[in-house]
Amino acid sequence: MNEYGVQRWIFGALLVFGLVAPFLFPNFTSQLTVWWVMVLFALTWDISGGQMGYNSLGNILFFGVGMYASIIVQIGLYYDVAAYTTSVGAVKVDFTTIQYFTGLASGIITGGIVAVVFAVVLGTVVFGLRGPYFAIGTLGMGLAAAELVASWDYVGGGGGVALPVYPGHPDERSLMFYFLAFILAVLTILVLRRVYSGFFGIAANAIRDDEEKAEGMGIHTMRYKIVGWSIAAFFVGMTGAVFGNMIGFIEPVEVAFPAVTFGIFMVVMSLLGGKGTLLGPIIGATVFHLIKELTWSYMLGWQWVALGALIIVIVVFFQQGIIGWAQEKWPEKFGIFVDDEMAASETQLEAKGAGRAAE
Amino acid sequence: MSELIEVSGVNKAFGGIIANDDVSISVPEGHITGLIGPNGSGKTTLFNSIVGYHPIDSGSIKFDGQEISKKMVPQIARLGLLRTFQQTRIYGKMDCVANMLVSTPHRHEGFRSMFRKIPRETTEKAERLLEFVGLYQKRRLVSGELSFGQQKLLEFAMALMNEPRVLLLDEPTAGINPTLINGLIDRLKRAASELGITLFVIEHNMPVIMGLAENIYCLANGKVLAHGTPAEIQNDERVLEAYLGGQTKLDD
Repeated sequence: MNEYGVQRWIFGALLVFGLVAPFLFPNFTSQLTVWWVMVLFALTWDISGGQMGYNSLGNILFFGVGMYASIIVQIGLYYDVAAYTTSVGAVKVDFTTIQYFTGLASGIITGGIVAVVFAVVLGTVVFGLRGPYFAIGTLGMGLAAAELVASWDYVGGGGGVALPVYPGHPDERSLMFYFLAFILAVLTILVLRRVYSGFFGIAANAIRDDEEKAEGMGIHTMRYKIVGWSIAAFFVGMTGAVFGNMIGFIEPVEVAFPAVTFGIFMVVMSLLGGKGTLLGPIIGATVFHLIKELTWSYMLGWQWVALGALIIVIVVFFQQGIIGWAQEKWPEKFGIFVDDEMAASETQLEAKGAGRAAE
Repeated sequence: MSELIEVSGVNKAFGGIIANDDVSISVPEGHITGLIGPNGSGKTTLFNSIVGYHPIDSGSIKFDGQEISKKMVPQIARLGLLRTFQQTRIYGKMDCVANMLVSTPHRHEGFRSMFRKIPRETTEKAERLLEFVGLYQKRRLVSGELSFGQQKLLEFAMALMNEPRVLLLDEPTAGINPTLINGLIDRLKRAASELGITLFVIEHNMPVIMGLAENIYCLANGKVLAHGTPAEIQNDERVLEAYLGGQTKLDD
């Protein structure tokens, strides 16, 4: 169908751009990395928020959980974590090149897995809530996590932890983190494309449209909700691990569990692009990130006001998002049409049906 | 003939209001059974009790010999006992085909099958059933934009897609354009005879239910008032009293 043709071109262009971008704009590598992180946020939020209609405000939890799980593994593989976190500044701990990379790789994967465990355990509790109660419940989860980690001295508490230092040139370092974020985003797009095109996609949409009806038809609704959230948690958890290492120093409130910045951005980006679609969150993240960077560069001091105004405009006047608007404008391009060829009377249709049955 | 649904001695009260009072009903397999009664006589409550939307206070509900009164809605649905709603419920933002595809049976659904691709045969079956209810041309429209009657037809097709053994229909003709009612009745009968689905139908439209059902239960004030063939029900003094008695009193 037409829609998929266009989609394929956009994905192809994104892939090519993603591969060459850091070489074309070497001064913007870190902004480009954050762009992919934003794409990851929007895409994963949309699994439960857009496709299933469960507006989570706490997906940032998985980001922080992945980040902290990763550093515990990265440090714990070669040192005592408690000794490391208390010795910040006093003792200089050096990781060898091999220690650094093995730690980073296992940290990222562990980050994803631990986030999934959190998604399954917490999901069984919060997915019993509906509508605004679910949103507030998940928001509470994200905020509570920041407070809990802030008082957990083993990982440095509110003071934070410095991460192992990259053993090489700074330019290589930013390229590596760029490509880690890029690969995660590409993987997420591929996984979601596959998952949305199968039975999972329509079951998720059925839960969004009428969950009681879906239950009444025998769909395992709880299972779909938790699996959807776990997919989000897996990728956001790994993103957290990558992002934490890129920043180099993590602490709970601003970096690991930023519920009111990244936690809200992921919602806004999905809405802006068009929730419940694969392309929408990507477009939303791109536009949002551009606007955000521009307001930070040219409206410094007013950037939060500008961003707040943008959020209000989106929520009040543009709920359907960019893709939703395009769908209203060109419905037939999105496969919404009355079949003209079959526009015969009902009786003729039945004759055709009977004919087919007789064949 | 074997009894597919057996309701015996079911009581259900909401606070002080007794909605079902010692109701016993049986639905024979492969036939169309009707359920009539004045407004507020407990018909929909009985449906909700059977499919597990709320627990019953006492009594027993058996489906194919198995006690189901303690089971949850999705479990009962997976056994093959399905209902449609008086206020039609479809997935309003999905197109008709997607509405149909998601309604495939979930009886033996493992973890893996969540991620399965949709087989071509399933899509073909969905389109055949949409043809059956006369919605084939509209199959790519967002279902929420269909008329109420068309949504009802879609809901019926979705129920058929689920291959239920019993289908409980709550007022299938309410709100449907009178010129389409005959077509719908014909399709209900064909579903029963060709697909072998047992139907249990709540209906307010007397000519419809008299022409459709083979045996009819009449509820009044939460109790089973009468049971018999359409002809017997039509001539039953108590049924006439229940339907018209209140009316004449009001007119006095």
